[in-house]
Amino acid sequence: MGKAMQDDLLRPGGVIRVTRCIHFSTSLRYWLEDLGEQENRKRFGRDAERHGHNYRLEITVAGEPDPETGMVINLSQIKDVAEREIMSRFDHKDLNLDTEFFERIPPTPENFASLIFRLLDGALPAGLLDRVRLHQSADLYVDVTRSLP
Amino acid sequence: MIYMTRRYSLAAAHVLAQPAFAQDENERIFGKCANPGGHGHDYMFEVSVTGPFEDEVGQIIAPGLLDEIFEETVARRFAHRLLNEAEPFGLLVPTAENIARVCRQLLAEALKGRSTAELAQLRVTETPRNFAEQGELR
Repeated sequence: MGKAMQDDLLRPGGVIRVTRCIHFSTSLRYWLEDLGEQENRKRFGRDAERHGHNYRLEITVAGEPDPETGMVINLSQIKDVAEREIMSRFDHKDLNLDTEFFERIPPTPENFASLIFRLLDGALPAGLLDRVRLHQSADLYVDVTRSLP
Repeated sequence: MIYMTRRYSLAAAHVLAQPAFAQDENERIFGKCANPGGHGHDYMFEVSVTGPFEDEVGQIIAPGLLDEIFEETVARRFAHRLLNEAEPFGLLVPTAENIARVCRQLLAEALKGRSTAELAQLRVTETPRNFAEQGELR
């Protein structure tokens, strides 16, 4: 390899995205406390019945790798944040009975992914979280991306 | 921004050949994909929509409505067909790129008037080794 090529490869190379995945299993139903049984069933159909999903969550951070460590962030830090903010709250829990987030809004994948983005964004270094992709099943997922300023 | 993506599977046959070209020219460009007898794929379509929604509803679009629109607009036209015999692919080579472009336009039109959701991206996966997409999720 020539010197010029080597120098070029050693120079900082811009923003990189890094993704870590976690899995968790959760039960839920679409049910708003204010609505009453009849209206809930009418509005949400079979989603008003208690059911569950194996969620898969992709957590993507974006930034320039540290020139010394070569890391955007130590992945063990994402793992710790994911454990504290997501796994401990939601894995093998019920979104309606075991959390306070879904009394007035239904736990649709859109609402759930938005909540997850806010929880992770609040716990990770400012501005680092780029996207969460929440897979609810093999044929449906939701992306929440950081809005450009 | 927030996007909801739904995946659909669709089996279809196609021949990659430009009718205006001679067969040996098509074989030179498209290789074994130009076999006149055709071949087929289990295409995977990933339809991504975005749009406003109220938290109390929590949905960009009801997945069932998107399923209906996909069925009427794409599946009914192209599933279990030889794509070259289905308009507009008589004149347009049914590559993954063209399938993505055509179906994106068809789906975007069909969504108008039936939903506040807009099509953000369509990805068409032809085999585990290649896909084509139009739009972006940023």
